[in-house]
Parts: sequence; C-alpha cells; structure tokens
Amino acid sequence: MSLKENLLATFPNIQTTEADNFKEIRKNALENFDEKGFPTRKEEAWRFTSLNPILREEYNLEIPETKIDIDKIKSYYIPEADTYKVVFVNGVLQEDLSDLVTGKGYIITTLDKAKQDENYKEIVAKHYNQIAKKESMAELNTALSTNGLFVHASKSVVIDKPIELFYFASSQDALLLQPRNLIVAEVNSDIQVIERHQNLSDNTVLTNSVTEVYNSKDAQVHIYKIQANTHKSSLIDGTYIYQEEKTESRVHTFAFGGKITRNNLEFYQNGEYSNSILKGVTILEEKEHVDHHTLVHHKEENCESYQDYKGIYSDRSHGVFNGKIFVEKTAQKLNAYQQNNNIVVDDRATVNAKPQLEIFADDVRCSHGCTVGRLPEEALFYLRSRGIPKKEAEAVLMYAFANTVLESVRIPALRKEVARLIANKLGVSIELEF
Amino acid sequence: MLHIKDLHASIEGKEILKGINLEIKPGEVHAIMGPNGSGKSTLASVIAGQEDYEVTQGEIIFRNEDIQELDPEERAHKGVFLSFQYPVEIPGVSVTNFIRTAINETRKAQKLDPMPAGEMLKLIREKAELLEIDMKFLSRSLNEGFSGGEKKRNEIFQMAVLEPKLAILDETDSGLDIDALRVVSNGVNKLRNKDNAFVVITHYQRLLDYIVPDYVHVLMDGKIVKSGTKELAYELEEKGYDWIKEVVKA
Repeated sequence: MSLKENLLATFPNIQTTEADNFKEIRKNALENFDEKGFPTRKEEAWRFTSLNPILREEYNLEIPETKIDIDKIKSYYIPEADTYKVVFVNGVLQEDLSDLVTGKGYIITTLDKAKQDENYKEIVAKHYNQIAKKESMAELNTALSTNGLFVHASKSVVIDKPIELFYFASSQDALLLQPRNLIVAEVNSDIQVIERHQNLSDNTVLTNSVTEVYNSKDAQVHIYKIQANTHKSSLIDGTYIYQEEKTESRVHTFAFGGKITRNNLEFYQNGEYSNSILKGVTILEEKEHVDHHTLVHHKEENCESYQDYKGIYSDRSHGVFNGKIFVEKTAQKLNAYQQNNNIVVDDRATVNAKPQLEIFADDVRCSHGCTVGRLPEEALFYLRSRGIPKKEAEAVLMYAFANTVLESVRIPALRKEVARLIANKLGVSIELEF
Repeated sequence: MLHIKDLHASIEGKEILKGINLEIKPGEVHAIMGPNGSGKSTLASVIAGQEDYEVTQGEIIFRNEDIQELDPEERAHKGVFLSFQYPVEIPGVSVTNFIRTAINETRKAQKLDPMPAGEMLKLIREKAELLEIDMKFLSRSLNEGFSGGEKKRNEIFQMAVLEPKLAILDETDSGLDIDALRVVSNGVNKLRNKDNAFVVITHYQRLLDYIVPDYVHVLMDGKIVKSGTKELAYELEEKGYDWIKEVVKA
C-alpha cells in the first residue's frame, strides 16, 4: 500500500475521546486529503520541492514504545534559558519534563487536555482549524494529528517566560509525526514560543506539523523555530497566524538542515495597524533542502509587514524562497518590505528565489529585493591578515551577513544558542555572538 | 627581520613588481615612497599574502623563514601586520569582537589558551587610550560608516593590540587631518622598539615628520630606484618624482 492508503486506513483506529465537533473536523479533513493527495511538483507551490524521496519510506504509523534518554533530551535545552519547557517524545507528552502551567491568567498545556478542559474547550473549539489552510498536508495533519501545545493568555497577561517546545523522535522504525499546536493570545497579551523538532535516532523521521496562532487586538506573539535536524529528518511545517488590529506577530526561522524542510508560513492581517515580521536564517550543506513559502495577506489600512531572509548554501544544497505579499483593495497606506539575500559558497548549490507581489490597493509602499552572491574576497583577506584563519573568517562574515535577522531575537540565551548552532554548522569553534 | 630578494609579482598576467630588493632589521623604520601606480601597495599586499598576486620570482624571508607559501593568517601569526590603505567595512561585526577573535586565533596558533576576558578588556582599554579612541566606538560595526581618520586610527589600534614584529603602514596618512595624523603617528612612535620594524608607505613627506624613518626608498615602475636616509624624502618633496626619473635615467 502507498503511504496515502496506509494513512487513510489508520483513520478508523484513532483512539480519541474528544467531542463530536472535533471528530467531525477530522473526518472532513481526511476526505479532503483523500481527494487532494500529497502535493506534487506539478503544483506551482511545490515546483522546487519533491516529497517523493520521503513518501517512499515505510513509516510506522503507530506510536512506538518510547525509551527516553533524559540526558540526551536535556542536551537540547537552551543553556541558561529561563523557560517553560513542554516536551513531547514521539508525539507523547513527557509530563515529568514539562512545565505545564495553569491558573495564572494563562495556561500552558496540551491540545488534548485543553479539548477536555471545562474552562478551555470552547476556546479551542472557537479557534481550532479556523485559520489553517485547507491544503493537503495541513488537512492530513488535521485528520490524524496526535497532540501538541496549547497556550492561552488572557486579557493583558504577559507570559513571563518563553515556552520552549520540543518534539523529539526516537524510534527503531521510520516514524511519521503530526503535532498540532494552538496558540491564542487575548487582547493585549504576550506569548513567546521557541519550537524545535529533534530526531534522537538514526532513523527516518517525517514531521508534518501545524500551528495556528490567534492574536487578538494589541497582542504580541513571537515564535522562534529551530530547525537543525539530522540528515534523515524531514519537516513540513504549516504555521498560520491571524492578526487583529494593532498586533505584532513575529516568526524567526533558523533552518540549519535536515533532509527536506518545507515552511509554509502565512500571516493574515485582519485589523488596522498590524505588523507582521518574518525573519529567517538558512544555512545548508551537503544535499539539504529547505523551502520557505511565506504569505502575508494584508486586508486593512495602516499595516506593515517586514520579511528578511538570509541564506548560505554550500555543497549541493538547495534553498527556495517564495515570498508572497497579497494586498487587498482595502489595505491602503501599507508598508510592506521583503528582502531575500543569499550567499552561494559552492557552484553546485542552488537557490530559487521568487518574490510574488499581488497588489490591489493604490496607496501602498511595497518593496522587495533579492540577491545571490558570494563572500566578499576583500573582507576575507582583511580578516585573515589579522590572523583569523580562512574557515573562521568565512564563519565571521557569514554570521555578520545573518546578523540583521539575529539582532531582532529578543531572548539573549536564544541568540547565544543560535550563534552556537551557526558555529557548529560552519564547523568552527569560535564565539560568534557579536 | 625581513629580507626581500629580487621579488617579481604580477596580477592577471601583468607584472607589477619587477625585482625588489629590501632588507629591514629589527628596530628600523623604512619609508617607501613613489608615484601612483609604482607598486607600493602591491608590495605591501604581497608581503601580507594577498592571493590575487602571483609571485613569479624571488624570495620573501621573514625572520629567517621563506613565507611565500604561507597563508595570510599564518603570516599574521608570525608577526606580519598590514595597515590597509582602504580598510574594509564589515557590517555586523563589532570592532571589539573582531579584535578578540583575532587575538585568540593568533594565540591558538601559538598553542596558547584564549586570553582571559579581564586581561583582554584591559589590553583593549589601554590601546584605545593610546589612540584616543572612545570605548563606545569599539562596539560599532567594523569600519562601517567610519570617517577616513577613524578607519586609519582603528587600523593602528589593531596593530597596537596585536603587537606585530613587522608592521606595514600602507598610506596610513591619506585621508587624515592634522590632528588624526598626530594621534596616529604618536601611537606608532610609542610602539616602536628595538625588536620590531615598520615599513611606512606614503606618497608625501608630511607623515615622515612625525614618524621619522631610518631609511627612505623610492619605488618606481616596480623597482626601488633610489635609497637614502630621511633627507631623501625632503629632496623628493622639493624636487618631485620627475627629478628622480631624470636621476635614474642618468
């Protein structure tokens, strides 16, 4: 049987005690997925990313027995970061390792628990699967997702620490994981989430993740995605963000490898004076592949969006940036900016960059720019003449190149961790945090 | 310290240096003067290891070792320093972190541990003071938006921190006003000692009033055509490079 057939066949076996409305959503999503099937390169949005190599694998669709190596898990915690941790292994919450919080004007829990919680089940029902796009991978997740993070901040509540969310995979078989997150920020609240998917084994893992984020008026939600997985790990991430007026929502994506990574990142602005910030650093080597598909949908007046994606590509790696800005006729006095700069270290590496601006309003400022280049030789010689060896000098310049993205990371411990990951990725042991 | 023998170098097939001979001993300051395009900056770049230039003939012996096959960073580790005529702007890298990386990579090459943070700060502070550099300046991105004077002062600051054996100052005076020239020269003079040496490349005699050379060489068309003491610089200033051309022809 094909993976699709296998997935359809597992549906009746889903053990769930959730209410009928959620079961109905699953059923509809499954039918939709059945109809659409997996995306293929014939679709414009998937032109540069083929899922074939990962769909051919034989996946274990059951949740395997999980043996947990706590030391290994803890080695992925961001050093010196004061965070609430939420840890899943193979889709199962690890209560011992997680800091679930409730009763403080905010809740940090799992989506499963929230669906059953008297105080929250209506909030979940109100927002669940409202903004996620009804395209095939998201529908597959909606149909078969197991569990995930649920965060809710009540009016004017600032969650005092970032939430560090981990999805670990550890199995003898090839594993397919489908986490589902829902983040709801009520009026004037503030939430920060750092999300990481990490394969602890040498086996194949495919993660098909969906996150929905709701920003009520004046709310701020900042999400940081750390994508630095093994060469047998693939990720398809759909993150869908809804913004009411005067909200500021940010997503930073640090894509440092894996087999195939696809980020569908979509912002929907539905109120005046909203601001969407999308930033990314991508550093790839060998045959790694990352595809960033962003969308900012502007509907109301006086809004802003700002995209800054930096990419560094070595060996035979492949990067894709497709940034779409959609401006409705009603979205006047808009300021939208998009920047995508790439350094190609190796002639065999490929970058496909495509800005897509669809503008139906007449009083807007939209700008976009895209570059593909190499490291500046003069700067390299300058650094080397001061005793910094070639490899380290290249790392310093690459870090500097990515710095416009890093400088807006508000959590110092995270900035340090990202600098460390970059140094690791570039194979140097110098401190890059400038 | 430095012994250059019959050095020929070219770029993209064009020969720029056509047989340079130069010997520099510890404690000496040598000035190299010459008109535009005579090969002064090329000589500096070739000594520092700029890979765009191909050495086609001759030797560069630095502290009894032929350094031609060494990478720029290896030459730096051995004590060669080039103060750039046009220091490169590097947005996103602060002066402090750049200098810290340079110091620690040099120490690593010498099998030393990284310099302790306190010691590093003290060193940076002391040398910044010498060059009359505000500490706030050091957290700015390297050379980005620096004035001509700030760039050159920053070059000499780096030199002061790295304490090279041989420093080549490539037109350090260009773009400097009289105050900056005084500060920079003062910095250089304080760093002079019996164990290090300087090559001062300049177009004008002005700098040599501040940094007094032991020897002056005139470079023309890729060759040193005349060497002398500091009086030669005055003579050049007075009579111009055409005078040298005539002298050489004769």
